[in-house]
Parts: sequence; structure tokens; C-alpha cells
Amino acid sequence: MTAKKVSRYALGLLATAALSGCSGGILDPKGQVGVDEKNLILIATGLMLLVVIPVIFLTLYFAWKYRASNKATEAEYAPEWSHSTKIEAVVWIIPCIIILILGTITWISTHELDPYKPLDHEKDHLEVQVVSLNWKWLFIYPEYNIASVNELVFPAHTPLAFTLTSDSTMNSFFIPQLGSQIYTMAAMKTKLHLIADEPGTFMGFSSNYSGAGFTGMKFDAIALEDDAAFEQWIEQVKQSPNVLSGAEYEALTEASEYHPVTLYSAVKPGLFDDVVMKFMKHHGATPFYHSAEDGHMSHMSHGAEHTDGHGDKHATDSHNNHDVSGE
Amino acid sequence: MTAMTNSHDAHDEHHHHDTSKTTLFGFWIYLMTDCLLFASVFATYAVLFMNTAGGPSGADIFELELVAWETAALLVSSITYGFAMLAAYKGNKGSTLKWLGVTFLMGVAFISMEIYEFHHLITHDFGPDRSAFLSAFFALVGMHGLHVTAGLIWMIILMLEVKNRGLEKRTQTRLACLSMFWHFLDVVWICVFTVVYLMGSV
Amino acid sequence: MLGKLSLDAIPHDPIVIATLIVVAIGGLALAVALTKYQKWMYLWKEWITSVDHKRLGVMYIILALIMMMRGFADAIMMRTQLAAATNGAAGYLPPEHYDQIFTAHGVIMIIFMAMPFMIGLMNIVLPLQIGARDVAFPFLNNLSFWLAASGAILMNVSLGLGEFAKTGWVAYPPLSGLQYSPGVGVDYYIWALQISGIGTTLTGVNFLATVIKMRAPGMSLWDMPIFTWTCTWANVLIVASFPILTAALGLLTLDRYADFHFFTNDLGGNSMMYINLFWAWGHPEVYILVLPAFGIFSEIISTFSRKPLFGHKSMIVASGAISILGFIVWLHHFFTMGSSANVNAFFGVMTMIIAVPTGVKLFNWLFTMYRGRVEFSVPVMWTLGFMVTFSIGGMTGVLLAIPGADYILHNSLFLIAHFHNTIIGGAVFGYLAGFSFWFPKAMGFKLDVKWGKRAFWGWQIGFFFAFMPLYVLGFLGMTRRLNHTDNPDWNIWLYIAAFGAFIIAFGILSQLIQLFVSFKNREQLKDTTGDPWGGRTLEWSTMSPPQFYNFAVEPDGKGVDCFHAAKQNGTAYQRPEKYAPIHMPKNTPDGFLIGMLLTACGFGLIWHIWWLVIVTFIATIAVGIKRCYDNDVDYYVQPEEIEKIEGEHHAALQKQAEMRA
Repeated sequence: MTAKKVSRYALGLLATAALSGCSGGILDPKGQVGVDEKNLILIATGLMLLVVIPVIFLTLYFAWKYRASNKATEAEYAPEWSHSTKIEAVVWIIPCIIILILGTITWISTHELDPYKPLDHEKDHLEVQVVSLNWKWLFIYPEYNIASVNELVFPAHTPLAFTLTSDSTMNSFFIPQLGSQIYTMAAMKTKLHLIADEPGTFMGFSSNYSGAGFTGMKFDAIALEDDAAFEQWIEQVKQSPNVLSGAEYEALTEASEYHPVTLYSAVKPGLFDDVVMKFMKHHGATPFYHSAEDGHMSHMSHGAEHTDGHGDKHATDSHNNHDVSGE
Repeated sequence: MTAMTNSHDAHDEHHHHDTSKTTLFGFWIYLMTDCLLFASVFATYAVLFMNTAGGPSGADIFELELVAWETAALLVSSITYGFAMLAAYKGNKGSTLKWLGVTFLMGVAFISMEIYEFHHLITHDFGPDRSAFLSAFFALVGMHGLHVTAGLIWMIILMLEVKNRGLEKRTQTRLACLSMFWHFLDVVWICVFTVVYLMGSV
Repeated sequence: MLGKLSLDAIPHDPIVIATLIVVAIGGLALAVALTKYQKWMYLWKEWITSVDHKRLGVMYIILALIMMMRGFADAIMMRTQLAAATNGAAGYLPPEHYDQIFTAHGVIMIIFMAMPFMIGLMNIVLPLQIGARDVAFPFLNNLSFWLAASGAILMNVSLGLGEFAKTGWVAYPPLSGLQYSPGVGVDYYIWALQISGIGTTLTGVNFLATVIKMRAPGMSLWDMPIFTWTCTWANVLIVASFPILTAALGLLTLDRYADFHFFTNDLGGNSMMYINLFWAWGHPEVYILVLPAFGIFSEIISTFSRKPLFGHKSMIVASGAISILGFIVWLHHFFTMGSSANVNAFFGVMTMIIAVPTGVKLFNWLFTMYRGRVEFSVPVMWTLGFMVTFSIGGMTGVLLAIPGADYILHNSLFLIAHFHNTIIGGAVFGYLAGFSFWFPKAMGFKLDVKWGKRAFWGWQIGFFFAFMPLYVLGFLGMTRRLNHTDNPDWNIWLYIAAFGAFIIAFGILSQLIQLFVSFKNREQLKDTTGDPWGGRTLEWSTMSPPQFYNFAVEPDGKGVDCFHAAKQNGTAYQRPEKYAPIHMPKNTPDGFLIGMLLTACGFGLIWHIWWLVIVTFIATIAVGIKRCYDNDVDYYVQPEEIEKIEGEHHAALQKQAEMRA
């Protein structure tokens, strides 16, 4: 971000607004994504205050200056004055300019901060598969064939690639201090890329209400010092007596609140895809064989990667907006 | 405000206030809302029509011949309604009733064929509970069918009104409203026929 | 026989039971009073069956105020729960109950408080502003009201029988589907919204036809007063967006009742489709709420600055731009659903563009005050409070429109603070401003100023205390709809927010006292001229409250601020030599009957009492058909009667003028 100075001033303004103890929130980011997003908020706020503060000031000033009891402005009273091309031009142009600048920032930042975009980093991404259940989070580490519930452990300084789905209602996966959140939805895969720039324990939770146990749907996101510490943790998990078999997973899908942290030394192969497929197989007459792995589905101009298995059919059915996988 | 209740006695004169233009305009706006209702369900159909959940797709179940007859019935009924309106504007009561009757029969034929189709699909286990595609199909086509049914009930009422009261201004306005409604349903059906049946059978 | 309904449906929660007892006592007291003063027939003949837009408007506003009490009670419960349930404490509302409360709060405040309030003001004022004798379809207007009331009744029945939805006011599937919400709560939600929503659509149709076809001679579209214009844009939005809600709810109904699979997880359903449809309605809906409020502020600021509105035309254009843009921004409600960067960026930029016409409006109000003589009346205080508060809400809105910012602010308390900032600071302040502005027109006496100012300060100060902390909590990472918290950093802000809610309670209480005091002093506060503020538009040219025919003679509607112009030229208040008969609609019980039948039908649908559904549905159609066959629906007011009524009014005016002289 080029405008670090601007953001620092803007921060000063906001801080006075009462953020003395703002540790742990989005204004105290611990990863590059979060830092960029915080700066974006500060720059945008600063820009808008350029209009908002004068408007608030003028509102109070005009109201006071032109109050009926003010003899000083009696002579200025213009009972029929209601039009001025000059003023009208100015009041249209000023907001236009601000929005033009903000719009440009928005366009660029939205592409930079696209949660689907892998982070630009020398290290490879650590893959984590996330399943939201009623009312807990399941994290699967496909590279290590282990899993955990309600605890997400990863090394700091390593980019994380999350693939997410849900085996119940919609939730939103969110670790405020690391940055972006993304929805989890049954029969769909969403993606998210984050990184922690320093070790620490950050709060993570669902930010989309999902029923009675929603409040307890929290987890600790623990960034370990380095890869060695992470390898050590993996070894530790491998010692766990718990194995996430098909039956064990079924038991896990039963609704529970404040589910204790549980570690699994092994996971049924392909469990994550099974969860997605459980519902996704219903999409399309042809069997599931083609998944739009990278990229977005533009389903009616929106949408998560809604992998309908109808690759062939699409080509001929160009009459509606239905398909188009990203590539 | 007792004045209001007292003055009710004054109504006997009954020289009717001409509000037919306003009525027609209002009814037209209502039709636009109905159009958006259909548009929403059409959009849902477009999103879901691939989601057959291993069940049949449109090409597997649509019988275009039957649908062609349905379409013909509805299109012809629009023409006959037009004849009814022409007769109504001329003040020809008998002819109006006759054409309305023909239109009504065409509408009944359409609905009967649709019911037959639905019944056929459901008894073959291809009901709306089978897949999202079939849910969307039944909802979209069924919603149009319900509209046509409502139009038919309305037509009966208007035929009775024409028969009992003749073609006074108010009745003419009502006939014109139903006319718009009927033609509107025809247009919607053309979209249904094209998007659901023709494109779905490809 | 009774479907799913059994004695178990009565809640055992002490809070609910206490509420029910209070409501029962209140209802009984009201019934006794009506019987004692023999007002039942008056109520029936003059109000319930009335097709008079002014009466219907008053009833809408009464409905809105009652529902505001309930919605606000929900708000107080939520804030006290969150203030009590810190540091891991459970608080006094378990999720089971709490989740119903926040859902009900949202539904009530938007659908049954804000909408009726807006429609009520529109009913009272719009036909008068365009010099019409009534709306285009008076019976339909009565029916619309009773459909809104029907939805509200179902909403409140859920308190005593069964439960309300525990889904949040948006009722996203699959949570709102049968699998995750098997109870009757979502069904109450569906039918309450569906029935009242149809009423709202009909209102939109009715008022559009009114504005296009019923304007006074000489009044061009550009001449229409700004409140009428903003309402017209709102009606365009109603007509274009409410059918989408009807469709979304209808499809959800099929999922829940007939085993369809639109939005289910299995068999190919797609819950994202519901979310799209919901917000394709939901976003225009917020402009439906706020545009008329913008109109109200415009009327007030112009009247009390003693100047015409600055940039009348650009205000109309700006409102139109907001309406049209309002339709292509719905996706910003779910930037976090995984849409591509191009899609998110497009909707983000579209959303921001709305800030341009909105900003123009703020400047136009500023320049209306410029070189004016601003009188700090209660309506003006609301307006100034709005301009300050809404600027902040607008700013946070633009911030949320930036996808990159939304990724961390979405669903946080920052969002909650933002939309309360715009809905309270924009819409509600507007309605309350309009309430005190047009109250004398509707009721014939002004509202007490002292209590009005207290109400304003209660709301204004309370608002800042209640919602600014939520912005901070959003930054601290607190998400919405939590039942209890365990983060010591959050506590202080939760306490301040709860405190703020009580200050707002003082504001609401002041409003009630204001009504009571003003009614008591109605003789002193009486508006004898019909023009208590030196108004500029046609509604002030007739008496307060207006006669049922509004205008004895069709007024001349040429030019912006035509009544002001008439007063300047001395052509106002002229008596014609002879009055012509006036064509008026007759009162009818049919709208009320249909409303009540559909309430029963909805109740049957909710509880699966199928015989009740069939009987009431057929009866509804029967009443509709009967209405069609009824030729005795209108009458003419005779010149002698008009002569008498107008004579009294002009005598009063004359006396007033003499006294002043």
C-alpha cells in the first residue's frame, strides 16, 4: 500500500473515536491480508471524511447562522431563491470525484484481496479443508492425513489455503486478526487464503448465524513459531488414539454445542470430497467427474464454486447464464 | 363524522363516474408485478434446471406433442377472446357470450392437458419431490396453470355478469381487464413453452 | 381437527406468560372502555370499514406505533441480555428464546413498524398533496391495510401460540428449511410476511395509479411536491421488488410444505438462489423505507426555512437514480459467498455510486437553509439530527460496499451499527419528523412542543449511546446474533449500548406522553386554519382535519409549491359561487372481512389445520366475488351539504383573520 502515511493519519482520527483497547480485533491484524484490509478501511474512511465532516459542520453552521431569530442574517433572506446552476454542478461533481477515487481503489483492492487468489509467497501453501458442522468446526490436513475439531493449528509465516464446505447450514469462517472471511455451504466448495505474520493464538468463529449452538461455534487459531514446531504438533496429533473413520464422522455430525477440542491421528481418505459430494451428486444427471477446481462459478452472476457435474451439457446450453466455470 | 353516513342516502342517482381508464392503468401495473413474479420463478428455473439429482432431465420426460396442443389451445383462446372484446365494444351481448364461451372451453382444454401431464409425471415418480429441476418445473408451469385457472373462474363470473347486467361500461372495463390478463398469460406461456419445453427437449 | 396445534403450543417461559397477561388485561380494558362509551359502532362504521385514505393512514400509523412498542421491547431484551451475559455468563435468555427475539425484532421493525409508518404517512399526505379526493382504488386501499394488519396479527399470535422463527429476519435456507427448522416458527414468518407483502404490493399499484391519474388539474409530474415524488419512487420500487419477495417466500413454502427442493441441501437444491431473491427484494426495500423519509425532510426544511427547496428537479432526479441503482446492488449483502473479484467489484462500485445522489440530497438540504429563516421547530430538529446522523451512516455504508473491507466487517456489529444508523437515523427520524409535521393536518391539533423536543433528544442521544459502541465492537471482531460473550474487551461497549437503549426508551416514552398531553390540551393546540406552519403545498390549503372529500373544489395544481404561490397572489381560500356534487366511495366491510379470513387461513396453514384453510380460502374468494357484484359502492355528496361544511370553515377562517387584525 502506497498511502501508509494517509492511513496513519486516518488511524489517528479513528483511534480518538475510542479504540484505546482494540487488541484482538480487525484493527490489530496479525497477517498480511488483515493488514491490507485494515489499511483499505482507513484510507476509505479518510477519503469519505473529506466530505462528511464539512457536511456535518455546514449543517449545524447553516442552521445556526440562518436561524429565524438571527437579526444579522435577516437581510440575506432570499425567499424565492432555489436554484443555482453553479452550486448544483459543484454538489454533483464533488461526490462524483470522491466516488471515482473510491471506486478505483475498490476495483483494484477487490482483485488484490480476492479470497480465492493464492498469496504471493515464497513458501508453498499449507492446505486445510474446513467443514462446518452443527455447531463445530472440523479441520482436515490432507497433506498429513490428520484432523482436528475446534482447533486450527498452523505455522506462522506460511500461507494457508483453505477449502471449505458445510455439512449442515450456512456458516462463515472467520479469524478477524488474519483477515477475510468466507461462507461455508453444503454441496459447494469455497476457498480462502490467509497468512499469519507472527505466532499467536487468535479467536476464530462462525460469523453467520446457524442455529441454537451458534454462539459456541468458536475455535482457537494457533499460529506456531515455525515449521519445526508445526511438525512437532503433527507428530503429537499422530499419537492421538482418535481416528476419523466414516462412522466416527457420522457421530460428529450430530448436533453438539461447545464441542471439546478433539484431535484425529488419521482421517478416512477423501472425507472432505465425500462431504461435498454427499449433496453435490444431486447436481446434474451425469455422474460427477469434472470439478471446476480453480476459479469461480458465476451462477447467476454470483456464487461459490457450485460444481455441477454437467460439463458436457453446458456447451450446448448457452442460452442461460447457468454455467461458466472460471477457467 | 356523521355527515358521511347521512349523505349515503344521496346515492340513488347513480350516474356512474367514469374511472375505467384508471382501472385499466392500475390493472396494467398489477400485471407488471405479476410479470416480475414469473420472472423470479423463471430465474430460479434457469438456475436449477440442470440439477436433476440423477433423475430425469427435461429431454427425458417432455412430450412435445401434448405441449404443442396445449400451446395451440391457449393461443387460439387469445384470438377468441379478442373476438369477444370486439363484440363487447359493439355492445353485442350474444356474440360476446358466445366468444367468451369458446375461450373458456379452450382454457379448460389447456388446463386439462396440463393436469394430465402433471398426473402422468407424478404417477411415474417424477413428481416435484424428485429433484430441484422437477421442483422448478412444477412450480413454474403450475404457477402459470393456477393463473389460467383463476382466469377461468373470473371468466365465469364475467359471463354471468354480461348475461345478467348486459354490457354496461363497468362490465366492459372488467372484460378489458380480463382480456389483458388472458393475453398476458399467453405471452408468459410462450416463454414457458420456449424456455422450458423447447430448450429443455434439445 | 386442529392439525399440529395442541396445548403444548402455549409457551411456558415466564417472560412470555407475563407479556401475554399484560396484553390480555390491556385488551380487556380496551374492550370494556369501547363498550362503556358505546364506541363499537363508531369504530366499525367510521374506521374499520372506512375507505378514506386519511383514516386508513391514521390506522397504519397506530399499527406502526403498537408494533414499535413490541419491536422495541425485543431490542431492550437483546441489549440487556448481552449486557448481562458477559464473561461467559448465560444471561437470562437462552438461545431458544433469544433467537426468536432477534428474528422478531428485525421482522417487526422493518415489515410491521417502518413499512406501515411510511405507508400511513403516504396515505394521509400524498392524495392531499396532489389535490386528489381519494386514491385511485379506495377499496383496495382498505384491503391493503387489513392485509398488513393480518400479517401483524399472525406475527403477534406467534408469541402466545407456538414460536416465531429462530433464523434471523432473513431466514436463509437451509436453516429455515424443514430439516433444520421443523417447528412452526418459520411458517409464522412466511405467512406473516406473505400476507402483508401482498398488501404492500397492492398499495404500490394503487398509489402509482393515483399519482399518474388523479393529480389536480394543472399539476405536471415535475410540479408534484417532493414528498409525493419520493413516495412515487418508493412505489415504483415496491411494485418492482415485492413480487420477488412473494416468489422467494412462495418457493420456500413449497420446500417446507410440499417436499419441493429449491433450497434444500439435498436433491439439487440451491440455497444461494433464495439469498439472491431475498436481497433482490431486500435491498430495494431499504430505499422504499428511506426515500419517503428524504421527501419528508425536504418538505420540512423548505417549509421552516421559508424558502422553496433548493434544486427541486435535481432532488427528483437524485431519488430516481437511487431507485434504479438500488436494484443492481443486491449482491453486496453477500460479498463473502465466493463470487469472483469482478462480480464483487462491480457490485461494490455500483453501491458506492448511490452515495452520489444521496450526497447531492444532503447538499440540497444545506442550500435550502442557506439564506433562509430557519425555525427550530420539532420537525426541524429531527431533520437536523438526521442530517448529522445519516452522514455517518452513509459513510459506513460506503465502507461496507468495498468488498475488501466487507470481508472483515461482514456480519459484524459494525454492520448492525451501520444499518441502524441509516434506518433509525434516516427512515425513523424521517417518519417521526413527518409525524409531528402532519399530525395537525390529520388530527386537527398540534403536538406538544416540550415533550416533542424531549422525545427527539431521547432518540438522538440514545442513538449515539446505543449504536456507536457497536461500531467499536465490530472493529473488535464481535459478530452479530451472539447469545453471550466471553471477551472482557467487549464488556464496556456492551454496557454502554444497553444504557443507550434505555435513553431511547425515554425518547419513546416522551413520545407517548406527548400524545397524551397534546390530546388533553387539544383545544389550545387546535389548528383552526388548516395551515399551522405556513405550508407550501396543497395539503395545507384544506381544513384540518380535511373533510372526507378533501377539497370542496378541485384545486389548481400548477407549479411547484402552488399553495404558497396562491397565498402570495391572494388566490388562496377563494370560495366558488356554486359547489358541484362530489363523487365518493362508500365504506365497506369487505376489506376487513378478507383480511380476517386470510388471517385465519394463514393460521390454518401454519398449524396444518387444513379444513380451516379450505373454508377460509373459499370464503375469501366468495367475498371478493360479492364485492365485484356489488353495484352500490359509491354516492354523490350534494352541493348543499358541501356548502354547509365549507361555510363553517370559511367563517372560522374569517374570524381568525379578524382576530389577527
